[in-house]
Amino acid sequence: MNKKDSTRVWKDLGPAAENGLFDRRAFFKGGSVLAAAITGYTIAKPLQAQTLSDDPWSGSAGTPSGPYETRSRFENDVVRTMTNPNGEPRSQQSRTPHHMLDGTFTPNGLHFVISRSGSPDIDPEQHRLVIHGLVKQPLVFTLESLMRYPMVSRMHFVECGGNSAPMWSPEPLDADVQGLHGYVSCAEWSGVMLSTLLEEAGIDPTAKWLIAEGSDSLALHRSIPLSKALDDAMIALYQNGEKLMPGNGYPMRLLVPGWEGNMNVKWLRRIELLDQPAMSIYEARTYAPILPGGKAYQFYFLQEVKSFITRPSPGLSMNGQGLYEISGVAYSANGRISKVLVSADGGQTWAEAALQEPVLSKAFTRFRIPWQWDGGPAVLQSRAWDEAGHVQPTRSEIVAARGEASRVPSLNGFPSQHYNGPTSWQIDQAGEVKHVYA
Amino acid sequence: MFMRNAEYLAILAAGLFFLASTNSYTQTPNLGMPIDEQDIAAWDIDILPDGTGLPLGQGTAGEGKIIYEQKCAVCHGVNGEGGISPALAGGDPLSNGIDTGKTIGNFWPYATTIFDYTRRAMPWFAPRTLTDNEVYSLTAYLLVLNDIINEEVVMNANTLPEVRMPNRDGFIVRFPERTP
Repeated sequence: MNKKDSTRVWKDLGPAAENGLFDRRAFFKGGSVLAAAITGYTIAKPLQAQTLSDDPWSGSAGTPSGPYETRSRFENDVVRTMTNPNGEPRSQQSRTPHHMLDGTFTPNGLHFVISRSGSPDIDPEQHRLVIHGLVKQPLVFTLESLMRYPMVSRMHFVECGGNSAPMWSPEPLDADVQGLHGYVSCAEWSGVMLSTLLEEAGIDPTAKWLIAEGSDSLALHRSIPLSKALDDAMIALYQNGEKLMPGNGYPMRLLVPGWEGNMNVKWLRRIELLDQPAMSIYEARTYAPILPGGKAYQFYFLQEVKSFITRPSPGLSMNGQGLYEISGVAYSANGRISKVLVSADGGQTWAEAALQEPVLSKAFTRFRIPWQWDGGPAVLQSRAWDEAGHVQPTRSEIVAARGEASRVPSLNGFPSQHYNGPTSWQIDQAGEVKHVYA
Repeated sequence: MFMRNAEYLAILAAGLFFLASTNSYTQTPNLGMPIDEQDIAAWDIDILPDGTGLPLGQGTAGEGKIIYEQKCAVCHGVNGEGGISPALAGGDPLSNGIDTGKTIGNFWPYATTIFDYTRRAMPWFAPRTLTDNEVYSLTAYLLVLNDIINEEVVMNANTLPEVRMPNRDGFIVRFPERTP
């Protein structure tokens, strides 16, 4: 292959939308003499001409690699933000720093966690998973026995039903992408298909639901339709190749791909097949969003199609006019992402972004598009479509259907759930990026 | 000889049928250990809306009030108005806004959920330490605080599922095609 063809340079294909958006292929086809370096978002010290010499770290042997690699000390500020840092007796939410990451995997240490009473310190040799209720033969499994089963590995996002809740505010909160959308992450999960274990137990024909229950102190449980359990639910044992993190359910969690995060029950110890839903507090109360007029949605299982731009975004300010890459993530419970459009003028004109391969079902899809910032004001937005034909609603559409909070909530508040409208980043002439409604 | 061949073929056919009908079982490891339901009882704590799972025992609001003040009020407020933890009683009409605070009285569709969650998860520092009678008593008290039952009503496995919650019909199933 011609090396030049694989180099990502700017080819002058002309604008695809107003205010500097180029055709998505501009970055992916080489051959132009108009090659220009992509400008970084925040450069503390502009590079100046200098004579190069050995740096201090090049003059002697470095630190030997340890048994478990940890990141460079210069990356120590890439962390989750926490809503209960002092560990008071209530939920702790830890948000993924999307603006500090790229690609589609969320590193295990940065995967979001919502923990209602902390992570139990489970001895994997003592842990048991029981399957009972409307089955021919109740069965109990050890982790050791599950490790003998045929496994599958799948990339899937997990999103809290309350992710993006600050977007219900009647006024835009001054927050970054981590604060607004930090309760969604994506990982490769490996484990045993739940259908395999249910078939071994023998499903009674009257079973329609199951409950999944954890071994945490609250014994959190959720009701899940049996049809979903037999479709693609998994007993996940591995997260990005290593055993689950404690906050994500070590040593086993239920994975119901694309469905509300709370249903992906962690520290899983019991599955009971039933002929009715249990109406646990989480389906009866917590994840039942109130609608305008006073009715409430029940069984809001799916995390519908959504996208947001991660770069640029608040905290990643612009550094002078020039060529930039706009990048973000899109995902849907209804399958693969089919299209992402990006606007640089607040939604008036749109250009199609490139989708990073592979585009996988119910997983993060990274989108990218080149953008020439002319130093003037801009409002960046993204909208995603999925292969089932669903489109991310505009803000006005979602507010018309679902309403807005009656007062401005705190960033840690959950005025409602299941917001999947667009997010707008306003860029001022100084290059600062701010969350706005547009 | 003919008969013996016929018998042999019949046995062979039966054997093939057995293999075919159990094929899905023989393809998986079958490492689950059979267990009796009575050995699961300590974990089998879910209460269903029709009352399935409710234990023996009973309680009234008067007994519940004493327990509430000792073990619940510190987080949920003296009268269930909320504190570090959510409000349990009172609450505005849900038509006030999508962010209206949810309480047992203005939102919860089933009284059985009160018993289920209280028994499995409360008090936060010592879950599953309340006796079944104490949970019935607390459930009765929370229903009285929300003006749903009278103080003298006894809560037990028969009466609790019969309690009609005010917002029972306040829900719309979001994805009916995926909800059994």
